[in-house]
Amino acid sequence: MQLFETLLNGLLLGGLYGLIGLGLSINFGTMRVVHLVHGDLIVLAAYFLVVVLVPWGLPPLAAAAVVVPLLFSVGWAMQRFLVGRSLGRGVLPPLIVTFGISMVLQNGLLLWATADARTLQSSLSSSGVQIGGLTVASVRIVDFAAGLACLGLLLLLLGRTALGRALRATSDDASTARLMGIDPRRMYAAAAAIAAATGGVAGVLMAATSTFYPSTGSATLLIAFEVVVVGGLGSLTGTFLGGILLAMAQLLGARLVGPSYAQLTGHLVVLLVLVFRPQGLLPRTAP
Amino acid sequence: MTAPLLRIDGLAAWYGQLPAVRGVSFEIEAGGALAVIGENGAGKTTLLHSICGLHGAATGDVVFAGEQLRGVAAHDIVHRGIALVPEGRRIFPSLSVDENLRVAVDQHRRHRGSSGTGARQWTRERVYELFPDLRAAAHRGGHQISGGQQQMLAIGRALLSEPRLLMLDEISLGLSPAVVKVVYQALAEIRADGMTLVFVEQDVRRSLAFSEHMICLHKGTVRLAGPSQASSLDEVRRAYFGSPAR
Repeated sequence: MQLFETLLNGLLLGGLYGLIGLGLSINFGTMRVVHLVHGDLIVLAAYFLVVVLVPWGLPPLAAAAVVVPLLFSVGWAMQRFLVGRSLGRGVLPPLIVTFGISMVLQNGLLLWATADARTLQSSLSSSGVQIGGLTVASVRIVDFAAGLACLGLLLLLLGRTALGRALRATSDDASTARLMGIDPRRMYAAAAAIAAATGGVAGVLMAATSTFYPSTGSATLLIAFEVVVVGGLGSLTGTFLGGILLAMAQLLGARLVGPSYAQLTGHLVVLLVLVFRPQGLLPRTAP
Repeated sequence: MTAPLLRIDGLAAWYGQLPAVRGVSFEIEAGGALAVIGENGAGKTTLLHSICGLHGAATGDVVFAGEQLRGVAAHDIVHRGIALVPEGRRIFPSLSVDENLRVAVDQHRRHRGSSGTGARQWTRERVYELFPDLRAAAHRGGHQISGGQQQMLAIGRALLSEPRLLMLDEISLGLSPAVVKVVYQALAEIRADGMTLVFVEQDVRRSLAFSEHMICLHKGTVRLAGPSQASSLDEVRRAYFGSPAR
C-alpha cells in the first residue's frame, strides 16, 4: 500500500517536474539552445510571488496571475536584447550568455532576498487528501493538474494555431521559414516568452511545493535537463512523461533506500533510460 | 515600353572571400519565363538566394516592380511578391502536407496587401486542384511523402504567398520523368495565369523549351543570354562549360 502511495505521489509530483522541463524543451526545440538560465527564471518567479506579491496582500491565485505575464515579458526581453544577439555564431555563445545571466540572477536574488530558505505558506502546502485509502499532499494534485493543463495548452497552441505552425516550421528549418514570410527572430522571442511563462507557473507551484533558495535554480535546471533528455528532444509530451518518471524514481528511492538517496536514484534511472533508449521516451518522428 | 518586373544589375555575391556570382545583369518582363542554366557551381542557386534575400553578402541592384530589394530581409521580400521554391524542396518535416500549405497562408494573411496575378487568388483548394496527389496526402507528414509530392507541395506552398514572381531552383532534381512532366504541366498552368517565372533546371533542352529567355552562368558570370530559341545548342554547350568561342 505504501508503495502505491509513493508511486501516486511520484506521478503527481511528476506534473511539476514535467512543467519545469516544458520551457527548456520549447527553447531547445525552437532554437536548439540549452537555456542555462531556465531554472533561475523559475526561482525568480517563486521569489517574486513569495517576497513581493504575497506580502502585498495578494491572494496566491491572483499573485500567480501576475507572475506568469511578468515572466513572459522577462523571457521575451531576455531573448530580444541578450540571447538573440548570440545566435547563429555556434553553440558556445548562447551557452555563455545564458550562463552569465544565470549567475547574475542567482547573485542578484542573493543580494536582494538573502540566502534564507523561502516557501509559500498556504493551506494547500500543509494539507493532504485521501484517494482510495492513499494519502497524497494536496499541493501535488495541483502540481499535476497544472502541469497537465499547461501541456494541453501548449499542444493546442503548437498544433492548432498559426503561431504554433510558424514555431514548428522555424524549428524544422529556419531558413525556409523565412521564405514563407516568417521572421525567425520573432519566433525565437515568442518561444522564449512562452517558455518563461511556463517557468512562471512552475515557479508558483515550486514555491507552494517545497522550500527554495537563490541557488535552487541550478538544481531546477538539472531536473529540466533530465526530463527533456529522457522524454525525447523535441517532444513536449515526452518531457511531461520524463517528469513523471524522474519524480517516481526519486520518491521510490527515498522510500526504498533512504531519503538522502532520492536524487541519486533519479539520476540512475535517467542514465538507465538513456542506455537502453538513447533517443528518449518519445523522440520526434521527423528525421 | 513597360518597365521590367525584375531588373538585376551588376549583382555580385560572395561566400567569405570566394566570389560565387560576379556582375550578373538581366531583366524579365511581367508574365515572362527566364531559364537560368549552368553547370554545378556556376552560381545559379546563389543568384536566386541573393534575389530573394536568403544570401546577404551581395552587391549590385535587385529592383522588383521599381523597388530596390537588395538588403531587404528574406521574410519581407516574400511579402513584396517574390517567392522561391528552394532546391531540395525543403518541406517542413514535422508539419503535415496541409500544415505546410497553411504556414504560407497564415503569413500572407498577416501581411495582406500583396496581390497575385490572374483573376483568382491562390488558395489551398486551388493548390489541391492543381496537384490532386497532394489532396490525398493532405494529412500525411511532410517527411512521409514522395519526392515528387514534395516538389508539388513546395510549389503550392510558394504560390500561397501570392507572389508576382515565382523562382524555382532545380525543378526536376531527383524526380522521375513522369513526375517532371506533371510538374511542368502545372507550371504551364501557373504561367498561363500570368505568373512570371525564373527557374533553374538541369535539363537544358527542357528549360530552353519552357522559357522565352535564358541566361547561362559559368563561374558566376553570364556567358550567354538572350531568347531561348535563338542560340544553338552548340553555343549553349560552349557557354555552359566555359569553352572559348570558336
